[in-house]
Amino acid sequence: MIEKNYVNILDLNDNELLALSRENVLSLSLEEMKRIKSYFHKKGRNPTDMELETMAQTWSEHCKHKTLTGIVEYSFTDEKGKTHKRIFNNLLKETVFRATQELNKKWCISVFKDNAGVIEFDKEYGIAFKVETHNHPSALEPYGGAATGIGGVIRDVLGVGLGAKPLANTDVFCFGEPELEWSRLPEGVLHPKRIAKGVVSGVRDYGNRMGIPTVNGAVYFDEGYTSNPLVYCGTMGIIPKNKCFKKVLPGDLVLVVGGRTGRDGIHGATFSSVQLDQESDVTAVQIGNAIVEKKVLDTVLKARDLGLFRAITDCGAGGLSSAVGELGEECGVRVSLEQVPLKYPGLKPWEIWISEAQERMVLAVPKKNKNKILKVFEDENVEATFIGEFTNDGILTVMYENEALAELDMEFMHKGVPRPTRKASWTQKHEKAGKLPAKSSAGKDLKTLLSSLNIASKEWIIRQYDHEVQGQTVIKPLQGSDISKQGPGDAAVVWPYTIVKNSYKGIVLSNGLNPEFGKIDPYWMAASAIDEALRNAVCVGADPSKIAILDNFCWGNPNRPDQLGGLVRASLACYDMAKVFGTPFISGKDSLHNEYAVKGKLYSIPPALLISAMGLIEDIRKTITMDFKSPGSLIYVVGETKNELGGSHYNKIKNIKGGILPKVEASVSKRVMSSLHKAIVKGFVASCHDCSEGGLAVALAEMAFAGNKGVECSLFNMPANKMGNAELMFSESNSRFVVEIEADKAAKFERELAGLNFVMIGRVANGGRFTVKGIKNEKLIDEALADLHGAWSARLAW
Amino acid sequence: MKKPRAIILRTAGTNCDYETKAAFEMAGALADRVHINSIIRGEVKLSDFQILALPGGFSYGDDIASGKILANELKYRLGDEIRKFDFASKPIIGICNGFQVLVKMGILPGEKDYAQTATLTFNDSDKFESRWVYLKRQGAGVRGKGPKKAVNNFWIDGMPEVIRLPVAHGEGKFVTIESSALNKIEDNGQVAFRYCAPGGVKPEYPFNPNGSTNDIAGICNQRGNVFGLMPHPERFVHAWQSPSKDEADIISGDSAWGLKIFINAVKAAE
Repeated sequence: MIEKNYVNILDLNDNELLALSRENVLSLSLEEMKRIKSYFHKKGRNPTDMELETMAQTWSEHCKHKTLTGIVEYSFTDEKGKTHKRIFNNLLKETVFRATQELNKKWCISVFKDNAGVIEFDKEYGIAFKVETHNHPSALEPYGGAATGIGGVIRDVLGVGLGAKPLANTDVFCFGEPELEWSRLPEGVLHPKRIAKGVVSGVRDYGNRMGIPTVNGAVYFDEGYTSNPLVYCGTMGIIPKNKCFKKVLPGDLVLVVGGRTGRDGIHGATFSSVQLDQESDVTAVQIGNAIVEKKVLDTVLKARDLGLFRAITDCGAGGLSSAVGELGEECGVRVSLEQVPLKYPGLKPWEIWISEAQERMVLAVPKKNKNKILKVFEDENVEATFIGEFTNDGILTVMYENEALAELDMEFMHKGVPRPTRKASWTQKHEKAGKLPAKSSAGKDLKTLLSSLNIASKEWIIRQYDHEVQGQTVIKPLQGSDISKQGPGDAAVVWPYTIVKNSYKGIVLSNGLNPEFGKIDPYWMAASAIDEALRNAVCVGADPSKIAILDNFCWGNPNRPDQLGGLVRASLACYDMAKVFGTPFISGKDSLHNEYAVKGKLYSIPPALLISAMGLIEDIRKTITMDFKSPGSLIYVVGETKNELGGSHYNKIKNIKGGILPKVEASVSKRVMSSLHKAIVKGFVASCHDCSEGGLAVALAEMAFAGNKGVECSLFNMPANKMGNAELMFSESNSRFVVEIEADKAAKFERELAGLNFVMIGRVANGGRFTVKGIKNEKLIDEALADLHGAWSARLAW
Repeated sequence: MKKPRAIILRTAGTNCDYETKAAFEMAGALADRVHINSIIRGEVKLSDFQILALPGGFSYGDDIASGKILANELKYRLGDEIRKFDFASKPIIGICNGFQVLVKMGILPGEKDYAQTATLTFNDSDKFESRWVYLKRQGAGVRGKGPKKAVNNFWIDGMPEVIRLPVAHGEGKFVTIESSALNKIEDNGQVAFRYCAPGGVKPEYPFNPNGSTNDIAGICNQRGNVFGLMPHPERFVHAWQSPSKDEADIISGDSAWGLKIFINAVKAAE
């Protein structure tokens, strides 16, 4: 017989309530503890340990996004010292989500309410996309943390609607610098190189075993991520349109499918809402097993196609408590935990209830399908167990051997969380151009840039991921005809021909991220990330009028007004840009509290907003890659180059402080992308590459060595506007592309871009030289292609 | 004519089953993805099919060693049916993990009683790698002279001297337990594909992506009906699956050379 454990909160004062929250890793604020106390006061009893844990999971930042949906008092001081105030009643709803609502695109099927966002693919199918973070676990246990990160986001896509079939994964990491001296490593922190290797191995072993190609990604190194690495994992999947929604009915049975429940991942959801320190408990990290999840994937899709269940969700953060609680939100649910299959005996009922053991899904099954669905799972050796029933009493009832260990009102659980008010402030600084070195060798600078951490080849990582399993990756992460000497692609294209027959329609995945800009102004970081993600997608052929994007905010402590101020800035940019570009946000996630405390020192991450884009391409046979194709064709720069070296990689390698950040003129950018897209569809463009990290020089070099072609260019024709060679070559102005046009198509191409900024700067050449002349047609860069490729490929060839 | 039926055998961790099915369908077969349990339970009969395909993936997580558990399951639970299928000279193909399974259950290279004489072990680079490779079809033996015998290897009929395909594996280095086994494979002309550098010349890493002995990428048995290879022909059946446009990749129209292997199997099964 199990003993019912009551936790005394009715007699506790404020300090004691807070202490209770802290000691049990509940991560509940005083306000929240008081709300729970008053709820139980009305009930006339104390909560059980199970009830308190359930509240902590349900109300966790991870599950409820209290900060982004909370009240924010924002104060903005402009460059002239004038202060503007604004109150957000719900930051997310008034920025990111508002853009989506106002755009009201009819091709958006399901946004911000399910486990992933879904847009229309064609008449019959939708495509779902979700990106998650798994930062805290990856800091403590890089291999397992990253593996379960990818495992979790795959289940999100499997748990959207009635289940989508995953087609591709994306991975974006931010690490500390891998060559960091040991003496600079904060105590209790793993070395960045070890974290990087562990994370890559974790994603490799889990992603490859799942048979889902990892097609797109990015790695960003900055000392600021030493104690708190960021691990973003994304999954895109395809789903029949008539399977996009779920509906639980009272009387349906609760079915748990997949892995057994163990003691791993206890408090994962709540621990992600606190800063890390040396005492952080590694048992909060889950243990993954990809093959169990692969079996779940195979069988769930089979059961879906047979129409055997009415709802599904994954057991992620908060474990069964969240999954069962969410499915039963509208009606009520009663479960018996002694039915849950365990990895080993000895778990307390509340541990079973909140364990985040992996590879589990929860389904709502109509009673009449009980035996049929069990057979589907049994047939492929997947454990499936009924643990309860959905009710119509609006109450969550958790039983263990006939004893009710929790009885909570759904209404209170899901709607009762107090809405905190937080203060945010931002003081705008005046940006001015940095002082450039009087003398500098552009060729040497280019090689330094190519070998700098954030530009250097990530081939070592890319090749460890199977990016072509399922056979549908028509545009791959590395591009160029010489398979031993390829260059970095802008976006991936997946052609789902094994699912959608007789169609050439494809899905484009890309991303944008630039934390360096965020150190100066998160508004322009966010705007640039959106522009970059769209640019990347357009480069391979995506239609810019039908791109959906996801937001993933990784920030420090939102209780600090300056941190939250930056978050508000970034959110405002999301709204402004999405509106003009016409690109709705369809899903998102935030990971706050990315901080590490040791010996009285606090390390907070450089804020990062990852924008992941999912676009469509009507005919995958018209996709293009970034490698130069034929000697003699013309090279154009499309878009305006400005004196915007602020936050650039050039400034970083030259140690230049300040500088003007790249801005985004969204209406101009939109016109550039739209015209360029038309030119691509009409077949005028031979190759196209995004101009971003390292500016024009790096983009040109990458296209040259990926195509194994020489380059003869001159900046003579570029509108200089008082800029010198360094600004033209290395400025990271947004909304720019480098394109290759065969000579006989040049006139048509120019007509397509009439009225926009573009300039022809030279030709693709035979032979192995990369030459660029300066604004006065003077000698500027003359390098061997092999040296440029060597500089790019050697740094991270671990 | 009745279309031959291909069974795409899958189990926990199989992950190239959809595209392998698609390739066989393009080649003119009727193809079914079938879980091994259905055969063990007797719900599906292997003998109802004319072609058996073991697709890529990580069967049972590649725990113990790649393909080992599925190999044992086939050998000890479906041994008789597999043997009948093989000795009826029906086409059997194993791709990547499927090749690992065929070698570990001994049906390749195909010694008496399916004795295991070779294996596919960890890549020399000691990591999983995904990349495109050049493959040279069977012809001159590795020591500059031709094999003593010629196997009727219908799988590569009509293929050009050199083709491109993608590989993606961590355990793809072909080695034999004794050098005599290797000599036998070579003398019999059982090697179907070797990794090569562009132009068909002797490869170094990364053109030999795993350090395989004699650059072996794929072999068949002595009767030619069983074929295993590490590269993935099912990932290159359409022209636009290629990493770069190249006329040499195309059979005709939009079909790429990977498809030819499936066409040849269907033809042999008809």
